[in-house]
Amino acid sequence: MKFGILITEGPYQHEASDSAYHFAKAALAKGHEILRVFFYQDGVLNSTRLMEPQSDDRHIQKQWSALATENNIDFIVCVAAAKRRGITDEVIAEGFKIGGLGMLTELAIEADRVVEFRA
Amino acid sequence: MAKLMIVFRTAPYGSIYAFEGLENVLIMGAYDQDISVLFIDDGVLTIKKGMDNSGTGIKDFSPTFRALEAYDIEKIFIDRQSMEERGLTMEDFVIEPEVIESGQVEKMMEEQKNFFMF
Repeated sequence: MKFGILITEGPYQHEASDSAYHFAKAALAKGHEILRVFFYQDGVLNSTRLMEPQSDDRHIQKQWSALATENNIDFIVCVAAAKRRGITDEVIAEGFKIGGLGMLTELAIEADRVVEFRA
Repeated sequence: MAKLMIVFRTAPYGSIYAFEGLENVLIMGAYDQDISVLFIDDGVLTIKKGMDNSGTGIKDFSPTFRALEAYDIEKIFIDRQSMEERGLTMEDFVIEPEVIESGQVEKMMEEQKNFFMF
């Protein structure tokens, strides 16, 4: 199946981003395709390389970056949501790209299922 | 042409969801797809007339719903039960959505290729 993943919640406060990450890993392991991961609303905060969690905790941004680069998946951070929250090209991590909301519509057209992870 | 739906189910201004829902409707309208819009639960309040949010500092986006026709979005629905539970009638809205029964909502969602909740 061709999946799209939509993340509308930031890191750490809720499990949404972790659940999305585990879902993506599991889907790939089962041979499914992930067309794009779209980071929207507070979800854009997952993309900042400035996050610095305690050393015994998972590093959510690094987990995502590794997934994007290892599997060559398109990670789009919504530009309007990002600008509102101070997320710019200077702070986004490897594997993420800033893009327009139209890319979420395109994902909804192309993917068999868009699965949203939210609070 | 893909069947896509935007569902408004939260009240406006208390959170960003309704505003982002509207942003998505307007963008989807540019893609020449089969778009439906549904107002349900507290989402019916999004299109209520006479909203005064001047003290909140949040942009008033309710009037923008009147522009949906200009974007060729004609399939606009409202859930009867959600309306009635909140004491609202068709005169209370800035647009004229088609009233549907709760039983139709499930079927309508099943028919979509994808839908987004706001």
